[in-house]
Amino acid sequence: MSDYNPAELTVIMGSRALQDGQIIFAGAGLPLLSAIHAQKMHAPSLAILFEVGGVAPRITSLPRSTNEARSVRRSVATPATIDMMLYLQRGFVDVGFLGGAQIDRHGNINSSCIGTLEKPKVRLPGSGGANDIASSANRVFIISYHEKRRFVEKVDFVTSPGFLEGGQAREKTGLMGGGVEKVITNLGIMEFDKNSRSMTLTAVHPGITEEEVREKTGFELPVAEDLKTTTPPSEEELRSLRALDPEKRYLKAGDF
Amino acid sequence: MPRSYKELREVIENKDRGLREKVMSLTEAIHLIQDGDHVAAGGCHYSRTPMAAIWELIRQKKKDLVYSRSISSTEGDLLLVAEATKHVITSWFSPGVTWGVSRAMRHYIQEKLAIYEEWSHMSLGLRYRAGAMGIPFIPTRVMLGSDLFPRLPELKEMECPYTGEKLALVPALNPNVAILHTQRCDPYGNVQSEGLPFMDQDIAGASDKVIITTERIISNDQVRRSPDRTSIPFFQVDAVVEVPYGCLPHECYGYYEPDFSHMDYYVKLMMGKGPEGVKEYLDQYVYAPESWTDYLEMLKFGDILRATTDGRSVYND
Repeated sequence: MSDYNPAELTVIMGSRALQDGQIIFAGAGLPLLSAIHAQKMHAPSLAILFEVGGVAPRITSLPRSTNEARSVRRSVATPATIDMMLYLQRGFVDVGFLGGAQIDRHGNINSSCIGTLEKPKVRLPGSGGANDIASSANRVFIISYHEKRRFVEKVDFVTSPGFLEGGQAREKTGLMGGGVEKVITNLGIMEFDKNSRSMTLTAVHPGITEEEVREKTGFELPVAEDLKTTTPPSEEELRSLRALDPEKRYLKAGDF
Repeated sequence: MPRSYKELREVIENKDRGLREKVMSLTEAIHLIQDGDHVAAGGCHYSRTPMAAIWELIRQKKKDLVYSRSISSTEGDLLLVAEATKHVITSWFSPGVTWGVSRAMRHYIQEKLAIYEEWSHMSLGLRYRAGAMGIPFIPTRVMLGSDLFPRLPELKEMECPYTGEKLALVPALNPNVAILHTQRCDPYGNVQSEGLPFMDQDIAGASDKVIITTERIISNDQVRRSPDRTSIPFFQVDAVVEVPYGCLPHECYGYYEPDFSHMDYYVKLMMGKGPEGVKEYLDQYVYAPESWTDYLEMLKFGDILRATTDGRSVYND
């Protein structure tokens, strides 16, 4: 079996979740790596859009931010930020790919603060376009390192709405985007129950047990009856991925 | 309180909007900013940041500014620590993903020395656009259901009079002064930018006054040969300043990438010592040099050369 670290595994699982022909919004870091990897492996016409970037760039050098010159490379268009965001609101974007400091049972994401916004223990950088993507993308994938302090019963602050309190809560607020479909971590893949809109473990990665995932989740995580085991990353997938980040800025060992 | 439409309109009606030369020095241009003004900066994050203008307004010791920008990077730290602003309106605030969460920002916000008014990226952009359109608000489908919503008293919800749907209303944002950096501009203020436009056009339309810093001043004839490239027309512009390398250490599309080694140096100092580190940086790189050129001379030529080579490479293939 190939040797890989948690970041590499997660990015490859994210890559596999993307399909050829899709229009996706990706953030800097792991989501972007998944998207470029998918283009190289199985989705050559996957079009990447950035909240402040070019349309469908051909990225050759990994940008540190999605709004810098490297993220525009060989784009087909460079719209103003707000016009890019309006593509999202109009419904052109299949998948929004997000991360976050905290994620809860109903797929709500916090990237604003640990503690309360009024008295934060840690003030985080903020929404950026995450709220907009979570609100309006046809579906959202969340990519994250799996640990108890990230997967919490209730996020300290809903920066980007998932299914809010669950059930029909999201629809009731007027939000039109589809909400979170998948949560992809280094331990497994979680999806949401159709009625309760609660996170359910639907797949574990090779060598990971259901108990381990539950132990590293800060809330009671239901497990699907037909729990699957994912196929391990292939040599080719790993080689292709490692070439994208030779300095190991994102693909370092350990947590991410 | 937001200013009335009548008031906003009068400012525009009463200012000289003629086709005249507006070239001036950086010092003169920044004199257009008053203490207490709302200053909006163009570009985004570490791209096309009007760094020279920010550097100069810190040197002129502007106070009590409201500072807004689509995403704020290291320039936001400098403005907070220099005490030019205690109120930042943005959607994301830190040097960049790979550099971690700004310790300077955390200190000022967590200790309540300043306010970080957080809007989503799109809602902030729509606020500038409403400002540029001369309307009081724009309805949108974002921000609903989030915890950002109740923290922003200016954000309202309405039932659409046509469809009955729930919508969020974001109010217009009309800054007093816009500071924007571009690649090319003529002496009258016709701006031709390359690469991503960001929110610059809307900010220019929304603001009372617009200061343009530019890599090059080109002739009006040059502009007239490619009018389709003009993003901001002269009548929106009040000052034009030629400042080559006016974004460093941030980037300017097609001209230079960020000076990553200087960014790394700054972030190490700021993350290591917090606001004290930023103070040291301000003393050394903002207050001490006699001019922007002197500041540029403090950067390493090899680093600028690499940034320039990489930046220009977008036109190579």
